[in-house]
Amino acid sequence: MLESPVSLSLTVDGRERVLSVDPRTPLLYVLRGELGLANPRFGCGLAQCGACTVQVDGEPVRSCTLPASQAAGKSVTTLAGLGTPEHPHPVQRAFLEEQAMQCGYCVNGWIMTGAALVDREPHPSPQRVREACAGLVCRCGAQLAMMRAIERAAE
Amino acid sequence: MRAPTRRTFLAAGAGALAVLAVPGGFRAVAAADASADPDLARLTTWLRVGSDGTVEVFTGKVEIGMGTITGLAQIVAEELDVPLTAIRMTTGDTATTPDQGGVGGSTSTQLGARPLRHAAAEARRVLVAAAARRLGIPSERLDVDDGVVHDRDDVARSVPYGALVTALASAPALAVSGEAFGLDVTGTAKPKDPAAYRIVGKPVARLDVAPKVFGTFRYVVDVKLPGMLHGRVVRPPAVGARPLAIDQEPLRAHGDARLVRVGDLLAVVASGEWDAVAGARDLRVRWSAPSATFPPQGALPEAMWAMPASSRDHVVARGDVVAASADAQIIEASYAWPFQSHATMGPGCAVADVRAGGVTIWCGAQKPHALREGIADLLDVPPSRVRVVFAEDAGSYGRAGFDDAAADAALLSRAVGKPVRVQWMRADMTAWGPKAPAIVGRLRGALRDGKIAALDLTIRAFNGGEISSHPDSAGNFLGGQLAGHANTKPRIEYAVYGKNSGAYEITALHALAELVAPLAPSISPLRTTHLRDPEGPGTTFIIESFIDELAARAQADPVAFRIAHLRDPRAIGVLRKAAEAAHWTPRPAAQNATHAGTVRGRGVAFATRGETMVATIAEVALDVANGKVRVTRLVCAHDCGAIVNPRSLRGTIEANLMQSMSRALYEEVRFEGGAVTSRDWATYPVVRTPDLPERVDVVLVEHHDIPPYGAGEPSSRPTAAAIGNAIYDAAGVRVRTAPFTSANVRAALSA
Repeated sequence: MLESPVSLSLTVDGRERVLSVDPRTPLLYVLRGELGLANPRFGCGLAQCGACTVQVDGEPVRSCTLPASQAAGKSVTTLAGLGTPEHPHPVQRAFLEEQAMQCGYCVNGWIMTGAALVDREPHPSPQRVREACAGLVCRCGAQLAMMRAIERAAE
Repeated sequence: MRAPTRRTFLAAGAGALAVLAVPGGFRAVAAADASADPDLARLTTWLRVGSDGTVEVFTGKVEIGMGTITGLAQIVAEELDVPLTAIRMTTGDTATTPDQGGVGGSTSTQLGARPLRHAAAEARRVLVAAAARRLGIPSERLDVDDGVVHDRDDVARSVPYGALVTALASAPALAVSGEAFGLDVTGTAKPKDPAAYRIVGKPVARLDVAPKVFGTFRYVVDVKLPGMLHGRVVRPPAVGARPLAIDQEPLRAHGDARLVRVGDLLAVVASGEWDAVAGARDLRVRWSAPSATFPPQGALPEAMWAMPASSRDHVVARGDVVAASADAQIIEASYAWPFQSHATMGPGCAVADVRAGGVTIWCGAQKPHALREGIADLLDVPPSRVRVVFAEDAGSYGRAGFDDAAADAALLSRAVGKPVRVQWMRADMTAWGPKAPAIVGRLRGALRDGKIAALDLTIRAFNGGEISSHPDSAGNFLGGQLAGHANTKPRIEYAVYGKNSGAYEITALHALAELVAPLAPSISPLRTTHLRDPEGPGTTFIIESFIDELAARAQADPVAFRIAHLRDPRAIGVLRKAAEAAHWTPRPAAQNATHAGTVRGRGVAFATRGETMVATIAEVALDVANGKVRVTRLVCAHDCGAIVNPRSLRGTIEANLMQSMSRALYEEVRFEGGAVTSRDWATYPVVRTPDLPERVDVVLVEHHDIPPYGAGEPSSRPTAAAIGNAIYDAAGVRVRTAPFTSANVRAALSA
């Protein structure tokens, strides 16, 4: 059934946005298609891998399954809004220092998840980091480097 | 916020408007025109110097996630004496880069770097000669630092490369030899003595990591063209099933979504991406019955042995196996390795713009030039009318299926007359992407006086080249097969003792390799091709587990037993280095094996791949009650000769250990009837962070007096056998069927 577009207001990377979208559209497609934001990436569409992770009010969320309507009135942060080379988030700085990736397709999910963890719990144990990232997939096998990076950011 | 993915678009001739992915974004490129391939003998085909001193390098090699392109940039910067920051890499564009066969076989640094090294050395010679004329100083008195040519004794008398750029255009022709991976060019300059290296061998940061960390990097999934539509394919439910009836009514709920059909290739195309996704999801199709029924999952090894061999290769027949086995102690065993899936992190994606004036494809597949041939065949146009532009996708470890997405996109773009971006859904990749072949082995060993007197083995596999790693024909693509093209260009590819495993000094050896026919001739979710180190992990699992069986029967320490059957000092070296790093104390395996609670053990395996040597030691903890295996530690000693970038090499090996551990512990394509039922990360599980080892050590063994050999694949080879051998050490039970899932381990424990 065709659902009428509704007006959706949200904040993305610090900017107020008002969009007209089918409220059932997953947030991922709104961010990529309507707003041209590249970093949440499609990996599975099933909330199994985390490549599409964004932060909604500071919490890591799978944008591939979250209906856009549920982000209404909230603050969404993507990787591009997390930090810059001049002002990196500590997790981004640590990923650089550890060169923590192979292809990097999944890295959005690990940085966004790791950053949310470190922002909430400044000194998580290595065990806690592994638990927090248990829902993420890295097909290339760069997990150990990414764990080191998040632990380094939490030091 | 950063600018979105698009930058400026330039109108280009009669063709399309197009963009090229570069780290950090895209830039406009001309669409496909009938144009000659780059002239390989021209120096400026390989590199150009800009007036600002930047060096643009053109290579048919591409980045697939291991830092290879950074290594090539280091090599060029080294020969030219410019800083690494001056290098700009243009990669894998059939219109502007040499055909170097794409990447594969762990050859990009070993072979692919040669023409770049030689071209850069020649460019330095030509630039210095031009500077000599300009400055009135003989070349012999000139030196180069950071791209500035200067008098060795008076640095003030200098001229920068940027002021000499015209010199390269009139450089003498290069001598061209070889082709594809073996393509080389040489001028009259000699490359540097490795002893003088200042950039090669240093642990530099990869060029692509910072843009990826800050989210400015753009992948193929981010390519956008004006007027581009989104496509989603609708795959059959099972092998060879054909659409009988299609109900398009559900598409009315999804904007301008519409069905496109090319033969039996079905897709939904829409201007909004979500409309394409939801439309493809909701389309109602009645399908014919499958064209084949696969054997029951658990009976696959037996089925493979029952099939007639479709081809056979007498790989090694050395000595008299029968005579050498007489009155020796005989050990026999059978092993099985499953079908595995590429299951790339990003499902296949490509953008195609098919126009009367030419075809342009953006794709992250590893062999852009071969893909150009295949797309030309698929669309029945001359290859000169097709331009393939590499844009990085998720990590590619062989013929991953990105090529298939390019074929889908090309057929859809031609059908709708607009650019089409195709991205597969998860199941299109995991279930319907090409697979690594299942492999089985039967081995018979003879022991005498604690040494291998004879070894007789047969390894059977599905054809690793059923889908050629060179996607150069229409039938190579799944979309091509659905559109009615037969796969006419398979390559015969066996699983071979020695080539796909380590090899030992055994005087009586009979090693046979056999293939069995595909389970279905076409449109099969179990069609087989290259997945990282194509037949290596499976073949090495079989060989190195059996060598361990022989060592155990001989009551020998597994490291010492292997060393006793090796001669090459580099092979012995990696085993010794791994043992040393793991604090390995010599003893026969399974001395302390028990069957209660959580038991621990250690195992070793050795392999060569080309000239590269690897030894891996695994330590495991096995919960006997539920059969769950946890790898607690891995130690890998790795000898690939000279090292270009130890930092990225270490990262690649460590990641390869995790990927190969995942393949060993969890990965098995499941199937039922004519369908693959491993469709996503729940039904095709891979390693997750709670299961990572507590510790992983990579020991780099370096030689400055030999060239850099391949390093992308070799360390995936011994991992499974090392883990299986550790399970044996822990529990005294041999798990001969991979992967080491709870079910397979429990079955072995209760056998």
